[in-house]
Amino acid sequence: MSERAKYIIDGDTGPWEIVLGLEVHAQVASNAKLFSGASTQFGAEPNSNVSLVDAAMPGMLPVINRYCVEQAVRTGLGLAAEIHLTSRFDRKNYFYPDLPQGYQISQFAHPIIGEGLIEVDVEPAHGDPAYSFPVRIERLHLEQDAGKSIHDMDPGATYVDLNRCGVALMEIVSRPDIRTPLEAAAYVKKLKSILVALGTCDGDMEKGNLRADVNVSVCRPGAYEKYREAEDFGHLGTRCEIKNMNSFRFIQAAIEYEARRQVEIIEAGGAVSQETRLFDPDKGQTRSMRSKEDAHDYRYFPDPDLLPLVLTPAFVEGIRQSLPELPDEKRARFKSDYGLSHYDAGVLSADAERANFFEQVAGGRDAKLAANWVSQDLFGYLNRAELDLSESPVSAAQLGGLIDLISSDVISGKIAKDVFQRMIDGEGNPGEIVEKHGLKQVTDTSAIDALVQQVIDDNPEQAAAVREKPKTMGWFVGQVMKASGGKANPQAVNQILRARLGL
Amino acid sequence: MGELTDLTLAGALDGLADKSFSCRELTDAFIAEIELSNDALNAYVLTTPDKAREMADASDQRRANGTAGRLEGAPLGIKDLYCTAGVRTTACSQILGEFTPSYESTVTANLWSEGAVMLGKLNMDEFAMGSSNETSRFGPPSNPWRRQGSNQDLTAGGSSGGSAVAVAANLCLAATASDTGGSIRQPASFTGTVGIKPTYGRASRYGMVAFASSLDQAGPIAKTVEDAALLTEIMCSHDPRDSTSLPVETPPWRGAVNEGVKGLRIGIPREYRIDGMSSEIEALWQQGIDWLQAQGAEIVDVSLPHTKYALPAYYIVAPAEASSNLARYDGMRYGARVDGEGLVGTYEMTRAEGFGAEVQRRLMIGTYVLSSGYYDAYYLRAQKVRSRILEDFNTVFGTVDALLTPTCPSAAFAYGEKSGDPIEMYLNDIFTVTANLAGLPSLSVPAALDQQGLPLGLQVIGKALDEASCFRVGGALERAAGFAGRPTRWW
Repeated sequence: MSERAKYIIDGDTGPWEIVLGLEVHAQVASNAKLFSGASTQFGAEPNSNVSLVDAAMPGMLPVINRYCVEQAVRTGLGLAAEIHLTSRFDRKNYFYPDLPQGYQISQFAHPIIGEGLIEVDVEPAHGDPAYSFPVRIERLHLEQDAGKSIHDMDPGATYVDLNRCGVALMEIVSRPDIRTPLEAAAYVKKLKSILVALGTCDGDMEKGNLRADVNVSVCRPGAYEKYREAEDFGHLGTRCEIKNMNSFRFIQAAIEYEARRQVEIIEAGGAVSQETRLFDPDKGQTRSMRSKEDAHDYRYFPDPDLLPLVLTPAFVEGIRQSLPELPDEKRARFKSDYGLSHYDAGVLSADAERANFFEQVAGGRDAKLAANWVSQDLFGYLNRAELDLSESPVSAAQLGGLIDLISSDVISGKIAKDVFQRMIDGEGNPGEIVEKHGLKQVTDTSAIDALVQQVIDDNPEQAAAVREKPKTMGWFVGQVMKASGGKANPQAVNQILRARLGL
Repeated sequence: MGELTDLTLAGALDGLADKSFSCRELTDAFIAEIELSNDALNAYVLTTPDKAREMADASDQRRANGTAGRLEGAPLGIKDLYCTAGVRTTACSQILGEFTPSYESTVTANLWSEGAVMLGKLNMDEFAMGSSNETSRFGPPSNPWRRQGSNQDLTAGGSSGGSAVAVAANLCLAATASDTGGSIRQPASFTGTVGIKPTYGRASRYGMVAFASSLDQAGPIAKTVEDAALLTEIMCSHDPRDSTSLPVETPPWRGAVNEGVKGLRIGIPREYRIDGMSSEIEALWQQGIDWLQAQGAEIVDVSLPHTKYALPAYYIVAPAEASSNLARYDGMRYGARVDGEGLVGTYEMTRAEGFGAEVQRRLMIGTYVLSSGYYDAYYLRAQKVRSRILEDFNTVFGTVDALLTPTCPSAAFAYGEKSGDPIEMYLNDIFTVTANLAGLPSLSVPAALDQQGLPLGLQVIGKALDEASCFRVGGALERAAGFAGRPTRWW
């Protein structure tokens, strides 16, 4: 395992490090809202998925959606977190038109899920190798989403859509264990892969179904270690919270900007004031939303309309038994079953759909070869073309067929790349492509022998040189392959060349 | 037709059953009586005669078809706190404007499904906040009872003042009411009627305009203990739409009324003997003790040491919950709206105009006690007091079956007599709030007239879910008191 990357900001007064903690809001995958029977369907006509409870009509009362509780517990188990058999709902009181009750029902004092831990994988970037690091989860709680205020439909009015109002969210709070912008994005990616694998959130960031608030602070090298040792936040800088980001790119850009802003304030002799900020993707800047002094007094208190949420151990156990294979478990299995590297196994196990695809390709074949073709060639292509796996022009069976052709020496790895391109272009099955274009590898030694002899004869000087310096034989291999149109079996070429050159 | 409106609920159901009169005749009698009297008494804030006649005809039809419900044909009044589909519901607050719900509260739905008929919506303190019904947007109702030789209008208590007046003045057979700190029992005591607040969670709060969620409970005001038992049986039910509704069966209680109290152990809590208690109230209480003893009950002196903290705790918990429950009245989706400058201006104008002074006072108290820095000192401490009060009750209920106390420290008072001093008004609830804080069933039964000829009530507090003992003791007191007092008609 490679060492963890460091993110250093070179200030005028010396180096600075950053400390990051995230609050991720994940919409619970559920057909109905957290406390009402209204639908959660995305894209419905404004205010069509609104029950009497969501609209806070007089005398209406919340009733907990059991399925959302199940989903929260499932997520807690997936995060290796403590499941609290007794939790409680509190009211967070504030006035806003998209919050009809005048309070959000949330879990402030007693969340359903306590401490957990996840291993986050950072992909190689900027010349740094891949590595993994642990993030402690502080808590996960259930809460209601608010509705949507639309300010730009009419200059004189704000429109309110309550479809989202009351939809169940899981707020997942991390400890400040994240140290680089890339790590923050990797953390959200890992959370997303776990949630999607569990089926507890669809992870659709564009729809806002997964969004993150990032707490950013800066400190001098060494201060963070002191914090970890003493669990004393006094060693860390004042934090600012950047709200509501729904893309990995924004998360990284916002952190980079915000950290630099804080360093500049401190180095100019100022102090960072604790506040809530918004990221403006157009300007690439964060701006103040409200300061600590303007912060609402939410007047949290236990919601008297709801009883404490009490789970039985059997309920939790039942969910535990039904958990699907999680990304980390899959990764471990890919390493042991297929002999893949930690990194390859990670890439291929992060997403259930992709993992299934890989397993279909790898089944009964050379797994490492399959891993390369799936992750580098196919996924690489899909990423460049911005296609989903479901839109892939190459099926798992077709890619498997291609690998079979390589393994049985029908084509070389190099020709295979050409075949693969034709598969992407929609020419069909690899076998047919090879047939049609005459791409079969030449394994007939007499044919290769003739080619070798020809190349040696055409290049007497090089032939003499290579006899002096056998390591330069690669040039001859290249020439012969070229002469064969790439179809000669490279091993055969090597063998015959050695014999003919007397090496 | 005066005879028909004079009937008890049980008597009217008998008359309907043996076809002495039809539901339509009975309903028309009440409609006529309301038309005659409501201007003076102001019990109803909305009458629904057309709906009542329609429901009455349907009821007669059902009875003819042999599909009569348990309240078949009983014309009732409904406190304006209950959401009634298609019928304006305001909780007697300006802020609800002409709000007309599309849905029916569980309690009233239970009544209609057993054949009851709705006469209209009854007056109450705004959002049930008050002990005199003076905070109603429609003005207060008048107590049909007056002091002997006096023409002074008296309050009927609150918050269910309209319910109590309607029952006492024969403007319905019985009425729904609700009780957060005594809002059923105190008006019952002031009007010579019977009222019971069942165990918290017995009746669903679905469709009841909320005041304080952990204290609010539906119950009836009726002419007799038997009528109250009958109606409570129907009003209570387990309701999955209310998370605090208890998943228990509702037993038949009517039979308990005549079971007698022989062998029951009745606790007399010494802390209810407060300083400055009038000798009349003290004498009434002693009379109640004697009646029960004479009928074979064992009287036990008991102590509920945390009683003195109940009223302050109540006036923290109830406003705290109210401050949050009433946040939804913002003029955005329903009810009255007063436009101001920008969003905050509109909120402020709407709520300043829409809420009366007492509601505003409680919202401010509630907001204050929940504020950061004050929460622990007020709300949290009040909740601890609440636990102690419940422990006190649990302890004494280890040795006694029910408790007997006065319902109120005084008889009905005049308008304006206490409205100038909120603390003095709050003191009216001193004997009643403990049952709300502990969630216990509690019944008020008229026991005597005071020297000025005004009714006084005795309160019975039972164990959780033991409404049966309340009805037993209430029935025994009712029989012993032989309370047959009716107000002299002045209206």
